[in-house]
Amino acid sequence: MTFSESKEFSVHSSSLKEIRSFAREVLAKDDIFKSSSDDVVLALAEAAQNIVKHAYSGKETSDSLKVEISFDNNQLKIDLYDKGEPAIPSNIKPRNVNDIKPGGLGTFFIGQIMDEVVFKTAATDWVNHLILIKNY
Amino acid sequence: MSYKITEDGNIATVHLDGEIDMDVTEKAKEVIMPLIESGKEVHLNLKEVQYMDSSGISVLIESHQKAAELGNRVVLKEISKSVLKVIMMAKLEQILIIE
Repeated sequence: MTFSESKEFSVHSSSLKEIRSFAREVLAKDDIFKSSSDDVVLALAEAAQNIVKHAYSGKETSDSLKVEISFDNNQLKIDLYDKGEPAIPSNIKPRNVNDIKPGGLGTFFIGQIMDEVVFKTAATDWVNHLILIKNY
Repeated sequence: MSYKITEDGNIATVHLDGEIDMDVTEKAKEVIMPLIESGKEVHLNLKEVQYMDSSGISVLIESHQKAAELGNRVVLKEISKSVLKVIMMAKLEQILIIE
């Protein structure tokens, strides 16, 4: 099975629910994702939340972010594109999970769920390009 | 997210329903924090919470810490399978009070 689907969403916390619905719909295409679908949806939603929170610092914007979910050669790839402040990959670190405090868990969850996380500078009209990969 | 509060003596139980993400965390805190600050033992019933992300987990941590500061506690009850999975992923099952 091979597929690739993409959709744009407003950069706003209210879009997170729509992003999750989109991902659930795409991942329902095949039973191969059945046991990991909730986790992958969480990882994607955490990444999208980071865009709203950090790339845009929670500020109101009319910008969109783009989510592309593709599957090929037993590899699920999620591309997220945004036009927010350029991310500095070295500053994006999961916090120590033993340090019990609110916040900072999203990146930790992404790392726990996905096999590979790549930050890129977008080559097209976008600014940031985050790639999440999970192998099946 | 929707919620219902029931009170029995010094225990206030907040029955949360739906998905708890960044978009509703402020609302969740507005419901939970005043109950903690009023000195009640707060029970959070999470049976009907189908999804919780790191923002929701932060609300649980903040609630737990606020109650502890005041010499009280927040107890998580009937946690749904999906929420328990996230709590365990955050390695908080030994920190938060789960009954």
